[in-house]
Amino acid sequence: MTPPTPSTAAPLEVTDDTATKSTTSDGSKGSESRSPGRLAWRRFKRDRTGVISAYVVIFFFVIAIAAPLIAKLYGKNPYTTYASANPDLLDAFSYPAGPNGGMSSQFWFGIEPQLGRDVFTFLLYGIRTSLGIATAATLLTTVAGVVIGVTAGYLGGRTDYFVSRIIDIVLSFPSTLFFIAFMPVVYGIFVAPDDNIPTSLRAIALILVLSAFGWASIARLLRGQVLGLREREFVEAAKVTGASPMRIVFKELLPNLWTPIIIQSTLLLPAFVTTEAGLAFLGVGIIDPTPDWGVMIQRGAEFYSQDLTFMLFPGISMVVFVVAFNLLGDSVRDALDPKSKR
Amino acid sequence: MFRFLVRRTLGALVILLIISAVTFWLFYAIPRDPAMMSCGKNCTPDMLKQVRHNLDIDHPVPVQYWYWLKGIFVGRSYGDFGNCSAPCLGYSFANREPVLGTILDRLPLTLSLAFGSAVVFLVFGIGSGMIAAVRQGKWQDKVASSASLVASSLQIYFIGYVAMYFLVAKLGILNNPSYTPLTQNPFEWASGLLLPWLVLALIWTANYTRMTRSQLVETLSEDYVRTARAKGMSSRSVFFRFAWRGAMGPIVTIFGIDLATLIGGAIITESVFSLQGVGRLAVQSVNQSDLPMVLGVTLLSAGAIVVFNIVVDAVYAVIDPRIRLA
Repeated sequence: MTPPTPSTAAPLEVTDDTATKSTTSDGSKGSESRSPGRLAWRRFKRDRTGVISAYVVIFFFVIAIAAPLIAKLYGKNPYTTYASANPDLLDAFSYPAGPNGGMSSQFWFGIEPQLGRDVFTFLLYGIRTSLGIATAATLLTTVAGVVIGVTAGYLGGRTDYFVSRIIDIVLSFPSTLFFIAFMPVVYGIFVAPDDNIPTSLRAIALILVLSAFGWASIARLLRGQVLGLREREFVEAAKVTGASPMRIVFKELLPNLWTPIIIQSTLLLPAFVTTEAGLAFLGVGIIDPTPDWGVMIQRGAEFYSQDLTFMLFPGISMVVFVVAFNLLGDSVRDALDPKSKR
Repeated sequence: MFRFLVRRTLGALVILLIISAVTFWLFYAIPRDPAMMSCGKNCTPDMLKQVRHNLDIDHPVPVQYWYWLKGIFVGRSYGDFGNCSAPCLGYSFANREPVLGTILDRLPLTLSLAFGSAVVFLVFGIGSGMIAAVRQGKWQDKVASSASLVASSLQIYFIGYVAMYFLVAKLGILNNPSYTPLTQNPFEWASGLLLPWLVLALIWTANYTRMTRSQLVETLSEDYVRTARAKGMSSRSVFFRFAWRGAMGPIVTIFGIDLATLIGGAIITESVFSLQGVGRLAVQSVNQSDLPMVLGVTLLSAGAIVVFNIVVDAVYAVIDPRIRLA
């Protein structure tokens, strides 16, 4: 840890003072025995913005998980074209007949132009798909980045050099372009060219491609951290006592790396959500009729000038989710690492 | 400085070489036959063979890659399809045009989009960041910080359409995005691209606001700034002569990376606003399995990234003499 600099920035640092409600820094260091995790949790609970955004994020995950249940209670599903059973729902130009995109007590968020699907359940299932893919990609990316970064940093030497060059190259790849270019390649590995690609395969391919380009920045960061930690006395001490490399990595290094790992993965998830939606928007990710945030926006783009309402639901809900998640990420960072400045 | 540039340029060439090779190999994993697409309907096996021969895709992949590399320096010939002179990046299977020519055709739009929006987001981003830093903790700071948080979470594929709906379709203030070359009519050039510039800038400004603010807050608390104030320099000149300069380094870094990204093709932006730039070209060529074109666009994007990385490091050293180029 760097010694605090005597600067005007000092009062900004979050410190821990249980007597007053104000947030302040490592005053309690050593005076009481509280684990770093507990300290971080206390700091987090006091951060009102963080707690509220955590609730918003949890809300999104709950409705994503409970989507089938909610749809059952609500009595509709995202696939049925309600307009074909009830033509009155759409007008002569296939736009919702009612005002505001056909919102009514029956169709809470209105109905989709042209096909006449239910917007509410489509959005619920869309959030489910998008969050599922983004979460899986985040986990895979984090695990891959941590394993590669820690290995490179700990082994050093030739392995480190080799891995670092690969990281350099991966980071110079124009990522959006590569996502677009290699989705067909990944599909091609599993499916013959003219066959239909099942949705589960599309999701797996997306997760793989997103992770293939995402691991490098985490790996680079952790490699740097491990290079620093490797020379520290406690690692030396562990080596002298004959600890195996596995033990050193898991018991000595990893506990010191949780903070950067958690911070990086909270940055990754919203980025993956928006990238996944962007790919669906471009038509290379999840495609219609599978409900997805990006698919909804792509559908909305087809008739935005006539019926903007349809697009507002996925658009605004995504903005709310991303803002909340970013705020949560900032709060988590402040709580885990009170010295960091935004 | 010279040694630095030579070393980094060589490194960049190696990276581009690797990227092109990886693209080449990975693309052959797609089980689609470009000759089939180029040959079109009513294709006989003999014609197909001829097309394969003309496109040079009847060789093994490493040989094809070697031909492609050689073409960059000496040009190549494609039988009946014509010749492609010296810096030859290949011949598009789909449009039957040399790749380089098509990319150069599309590039002015992409560059206009990139530089135009860069001007807007730099001015607004650095401006609002400065105000937020000077008025630290006051309402201006809070407004700038929260606005930038929300703006950075907006997505172009959402806010682009919302902006078009209100500004073009409903209010009619702006024109539908279109591209007129700058040399042809500067006014139409600017008015046609104004909406994409503003929308791109809205999203990208936030980063600069936050970065400028945090950098300035940090430099304003440095000893040298305090010394300058203590010696009687007005806060205005301290701000513009010392603090501002000290804060610019990291901003130059992210600006370089952002500009490289934009030049490499703002794929989603061009799709949203229906502009036929390099990004659209990339999507179209992927859909048509047009390997030479995909390779060309990929090289352009990757090239922009590595070149700007070098430029950024060099500029960084000029701005901040403490940094030595080793």
